[in-house]
Order: sequence, then C-alpha cells, then structure tokens
Amino acid sequence: MEPKFAKGGKLEKWHPMFESFTTLAFTPAIVTQKGAHIRDGVDLKRTMITVIMAMVPCLLFGIYNTGHWEMVAAAGDRGLDFWANGGAKFMAGLWVVLPLIVVSYGVGLTIEFIFGFLRGHSLHEGFLVSGMLIPLVMPADVPLWMVGVATAFAVIIGKEIFGGTGMNILNVALTARAFLFFAYPTSMSGDKVWMAGTESKVDGFTGSTALGDLATFMSDKPVFENLEAYTNNYSFFDSVWGMIPGSIGETSLIAILIGALILLITGVGSLRIMASFFIGGYVMGLILNAFGGNEFLDLPAHFHLAIGGFAFGAVFMATDPVTASQTATGKIIYGFLGGLIAILIRVLNPAYPEGVMLAILFMNVMAPIIDHYVVQGNIKRRLKRVKTA
Amino acid sequence: MSKTVKLKKGLDIRLVGAASKVKTNAKTPQMVSMKPSDFHGMTPKMLVKEGQEVKAGTIIFQDKYNEPIKFSSPVSGKVEKIVRGEKRRILEVLISTSQDQQFEPSDVKSVESMSNDEVKATMLASGLWPFVKQRPLDIVANPINEPKAIFVSTFDSSPLAPDFNYVLEEEGEAFNAGMDALKKLTSGKVHLTLNGKSSAATTFTNVKGVEVNTFTGKHPAGNVGTHIHHIDPVNKGEFVWTVNAQDVAIIGRYFLTGKYNAKRTIALTGSEIKDPQYIDTIIGANVADLLDGQLTSDNVRVISGNVLTGDKIAQDGYLGFYHNQITVIPEGNELKFVLTKGWLGLGFDKFSNSRLFPTFLTGNKKFRLDTNTNGEERAFVVTGELEKVFPFDILPMQLAKAAITDDIDGMENLGIYEVAPEDFALCEYVCTTKINIQDKIRKGLDLIGEECM
Repeated sequence: MEPKFAKGGKLEKWHPMFESFTTLAFTPAIVTQKGAHIRDGVDLKRTMITVIMAMVPCLLFGIYNTGHWEMVAAAGDRGLDFWANGGAKFMAGLWVVLPLIVVSYGVGLTIEFIFGFLRGHSLHEGFLVSGMLIPLVMPADVPLWMVGVATAFAVIIGKEIFGGTGMNILNVALTARAFLFFAYPTSMSGDKVWMAGTESKVDGFTGSTALGDLATFMSDKPVFENLEAYTNNYSFFDSVWGMIPGSIGETSLIAILIGALILLITGVGSLRIMASFFIGGYVMGLILNAFGGNEFLDLPAHFHLAIGGFAFGAVFMATDPVTASQTATGKIIYGFLGGLIAILIRVLNPAYPEGVMLAILFMNVMAPIIDHYVVQGNIKRRLKRVKTA
Repeated sequence: MSKTVKLKKGLDIRLVGAASKVKTNAKTPQMVSMKPSDFHGMTPKMLVKEGQEVKAGTIIFQDKYNEPIKFSSPVSGKVEKIVRGEKRRILEVLISTSQDQQFEPSDVKSVESMSNDEVKATMLASGLWPFVKQRPLDIVANPINEPKAIFVSTFDSSPLAPDFNYVLEEEGEAFNAGMDALKKLTSGKVHLTLNGKSSAATTFTNVKGVEVNTFTGKHPAGNVGTHIHHIDPVNKGEFVWTVNAQDVAIIGRYFLTGKYNAKRTIALTGSEIKDPQYIDTIIGANVADLLDGQLTSDNVRVISGNVLTGDKIAQDGYLGFYHNQITVIPEGNELKFVLTKGWLGLGFDKFSNSRLFPTFLTGNKKFRLDTNTNGEERAFVVTGELEKVFPFDILPMQLAKAAITDDIDGMENLGIYEVAPEDFALCEYVCTTKINIQDKIRKGLDLIGEECM
C-alpha cells in the first residue's frame, strides 16, 4: 500500500495522512543517517501519552464529581452523600464529560490534520494532550458548540499560526479557556455553569463554587457571614478530596497529586516549576493574610492551594515545556511568579474569580524574557572568565 | 596545579558487546585507505599518482589551502586507486600493501636535543601533524597558531570504548616520547587527564613535566572537550590542541625510531560481534578481514569509531584515521508494532535517559540497541533533557538553536568556540526531537570558521 502514497505515487498528496495513521500503529523503520547511530527510546508520542496517563485520575474523578453535582442540582440539596449511588453518578458524569472530550478532540485533530496536510507533514502529537486538557478545564455545563469554537480558536490562533507543536507562545488549552472567558463571559462565570443541569432545575438553587462564594466576601453581599460559615460548607478536607463543584478536572487535589507523581517519576513534568508554583501561591496567601481585613484575605494560605484550578494549573498547565521557561533557573522564577500572581488576581480582582488561567497565560508571555536574562547571565559569566584569567 | 573534577551530569549507555581483554594480531591488511573526509574541511592536493610505489610515511597528499599540513601513507605498497566522487572530489586513496613493510627514511634526533621549531617542522614534514587537532572548530590544528594548552585524555568513556590502560600497557616509552614532543609545541601547559574510576597504567603515571588531572563521572567524562571546559576553557581568539592517546604513542615512536609506524590497537565491539576483543592493526585498515566470521547477521551497521560519534562504513570499509574501535550493531530498518516494541509498549527492551520506560529501574542490565531512531523528527518540545547529559556551563539547547538558525552572534555568546560536535553526541542521543544535533553544531562551526576566524 505504501508505494501509492510515496513520492510520485498516485496518492502522494495524502502521504501526511497515511503517515499519521501508520506511525500510530508502527514505529517507522527510519534509521539514523548522521551523527549518533543509536537513539534514545523516547519519542514525542511516548512523552505525550504519559501526560495523558497522568491526567486519567483527574478525568475519572472529574466524571464522578460532575455526576454527583448534577444529582445535587437535580435534587436541589447540597447535603447529598458523595459516595452513595456511585455507578449512576459515574454514568451521569460520563454522559456530560464524554461529549466534551469528543468535541475537543474531533475539532482539534481535524484542524491539525488540515494544517499538517497543507504543510505536508504528519500529525504532531502536541494536541493529544491539549485535547484532553480542554475538557478538563471547562465547566460541566458549557455548551458543546462553545467548546468547539474555543478549540478551533486555540488551535488555529494559539498554535498553528506560530508553526504548530513546539512553536506556540501560549498554552493551547488555556487559550481555549481564555477565549470562552472573554467571548462568552456570561456562560463562563457566575453560578449557573459549574454544575451540569442547574439551568432549568429547582428554583432558587445556586450552583456556585467555593471560589465564587469566596469572591463575594470582597463585595457588599457575601454568601457566607464569615470564614467559619464558609469552612463549614467547604471544609479543607472536601477541597483536598475534590468533593466541591468546579471545572471538570480541577477539583480534586488528590487526583492532581497522583498525576503530578506520575509526571515527576517519569521526569516529564518539571519539579522546579511545580514546586515553585505551589510555593509562590502559598507565599502570596501568607502575604494577603498578613494584610488581612476581610474574610477572603484572611483565608488560610493552604486553602488557596486546594481550591479552584490552582493545583491543576500548577501541575498540568504551567509545566507545559513549550510555553514555560526553558532554562533551569528560569523555570524556578517562572513558577514562583506564576503562583504568586495567580493568588493575587484570585483575591484582589473581583472580576476574575479564578486567577490561575490569567497568571499562567501572563507568565507564558513573560517566559522568553525570563529565559533571556538567564541566558545573558550565562553569557556574562563566561565572558568574565576571560577577564579573570 | 592539577585538578580533580567530579561530574554529576552525563550518561553511560549500557551496551552489550564490550571487548574482552584478549589481543589478537591481525595480519597486515591487503588494502588500506586514507580518507580526506576524516579531516573535516580539508581539500587534498595529491602528491602521488595511481600505480606509484609508496613506503610507510611517504607523503601522499597535502592540504591544498594550508600546504605545510601533509598526510602520509600508513603502509608501504602501491597506490591502487584514487577514488573520486562528484566534481572529481577525492573520496579516498586506496593503497595495496606490499609483503615486507618499508619505511620512509628519516634522520630524527631525540626530542630533547631538538628546538621547538624543529619538533614542529619534523612533525609537519613526516605527516604526523594531522594527529594534532585544534579547538575551536574541531579540525586539524593550524601550525601557525600558538596553542595556550595541549590536552591528552588517557581514557575514553564512550560506549564500549577501548581501555587505553590496556591498549598502551607496553607503549610507555613511545607515549613518553610523544608527550615530550607535545611539550615542545606549546609555551603553555600540557594536560594529561586520568580516569578517576580506575587506576592508571604506568604508561601514563610515568609521564613527567605535564599537568595531571583526574576526572570522574559518566560519559563524557573522558572527552577532551569536557576536560578543556573544566580546566582551561577556550575563549574567542584562543586555541587549544588535542591529541588522542594512541596517536601520542605513534608520534613518540617516530621520534624514537625514525619510522612512521601507524600501528593501532582497536577494540572490536558491539552486540553483533561474536567474539569482541582487541586487535592490533593499522590506521586505515580494511575491516573485511577483521570482521571475517565475526558477524552474527548481515543486517548490521558497521561503525568505525563508537556508536555516538563514529562513521558508518561498509562491511568491507576502512578504519578511520582517528578511530580506536569498530562497533557493529543491528540495523533498525523494520517497523515496530506499537503495543510490543513501539510507543505504547512496555519498553523492557528500550534504553532511555528519561524515565518513560521501566528500564530505568533495572540497574546494570546491558542493552542490544539498533539504529532505529525510535520516532520521527519533531520540533523542540521537551526542555531540560539535554542539560542532564551536558556537563558544561553552556546552554546546549540554546546553542543548538543558534547553530540551526545560523545566528553567529548567538553562537559566539553561547560558547561555540568551546565545543566540538562530539560534545553534543549524548545530547543528540537523548533528544526527543531526533534532530541530528552534531551535524547542526558542525555546520555552525563551519560558519564560524568562514566568518569569524
């Protein structure tokens, strides 16, 4: 079959497609021509599939959690036992999440194939991860067409116009999320979207999130009277387990940490970025505590790490090697500032209940500048050698 | 002041097929070859014709653009053929060997009695000069430059590399004489680097008047590039010369006996060699005799040199000018099914510097790796992996990118003067992109050579 797709063959034009599919099933028989005669076993496919594996705990928990809160919304009762009726909840969640995944991959891969076709190269693996990240950072109730539009925007404007996998400046999944956030603000914030099926259900029931409720401390009409009331409703324990409403993949700190462990053991994720991101967030939490003044500012710093998309962003988004800093020192600075800014925006800017997305996108833009100074440092250090010698 | 350096970065690729310490004396090869391509960037000007008789040490060609640099025949015999390629470029000079080996006569005195200029002139006239290489650019040293130091490494840390302690065990006198000659080539220091992992042979410990340094660590702990960087790094406008340990002995032999004796002990290694061992042979020797009855199959790659930096040669090809080993590994020219040997497989047969395969847990297991790239070429996505195997205070990915984009300023700033392609061999091995980084660095060096030197 291959000759037909080879150069000069009848179906030459379709070679990128052919290559994409055959290389999924078989590692091609390419042998080294120049330089090192043997090469490491690793390739981008292996790297990317490992990241997807690391997201599976988040995905599974996200599906269950989505199912749970859908039932909560249906019953209008937040006191529903989390672990009861598990099978039904999982199926209900799957019914919501699976279409999101299908749309994200469907739209994204189609566009990637078209660009690959135009440029004459096979499918590059970057989107395999982005395609899974996009549904995980979406609120459960987001309309499917919006996911489709956002994915198309992110892949074309966020990535392909820069040259495709490895060339993008902004994290693709966050670009999709940011696009929806600014293009359809009413659908992406407020308390209507975070639980599946809240729209037409029980009157007067709000599907608000922990962060949404916390943000109201900054306004005149807080949902809770004080911090204690808040922690009664969303205990630290619940936030760590993830039994709270939120974007599909972001709620469970435990599931995220399992993913982080997979990324760190395999060496795919950068410990420097993850650790410094968490430290940055914690430090900002402490700084805000020191100022104090209202309940949100007084929220213990460790709560910040467990709620919202902070941990998910730190583990899966900030560590995207293409958009993060590339130098070892740069990674530490990048992560630390990312965490710091995430909590700063989250608490002090009432327009954005979640700061992680914007913080990481901002740091994506800043990463080349950080790298520039690290590289300059290296150059200066070596120039100095001449003078001292 | 001698230094002891412990390196944390690096990678030892554990391959099957290390040579056992048995030395066989191969019969003189019927044919030897001198390949101008072994001397990067050199255009040869032939000084002999096809059919002409030559002796060991007879000059057969010289550098067209730097005529003092001459190249001599490693054997006595007849110039059988001058093989030319496109645009009549000379690919190799084939010399058939005669029964009894005759040497070009010379009247060398002992090194001590010679002046510095006499030593240099002798080495140039006798065709010994090409053994001396220079940094920057990683080419045959230009004799008009003054090197600030000369580096000789007494160990090779690359995969399956020969053990010079064993190879040069009985060459103490020649090695010493060679080092004496090198001392006359520079007003700076001559550095001899020992392996911190094993005790050095008396051949190396008896050398006097040189700086002895010790390096410990994984590959590239034995590369001269690593030593230069940590001891006396090359800055713009400076030159450092390097000579292989075995070639020091060849130089020494000449100064002791007046004969250009191109004998070299090579290690026959690799998973596809039935009986890996050491063999005494000659520079440029045809390998067909050496490999006779040794190959496990026909679908193999024969490499002159090691698996990281060597040259691909035919099964009846010739040993390279600078090479100390022959490695034979399986070709990887077959499809690998995704679930068994591909990217979704368990990967117990894969050796990787990343921890994406379970083999990172299997301590000392040795691997039979083939020439498959294990994936297609991609853009740089993963970061931080090159740095793990690059024990330099240089940013490898940034330098490689500067070389790829022909960014001369970038390359100069990021340290191109300090590196040779071989320093990037491990980077090339581990890189997920499968980009030929050594080739990119070579092209970057060529550009620097044209524009800045």
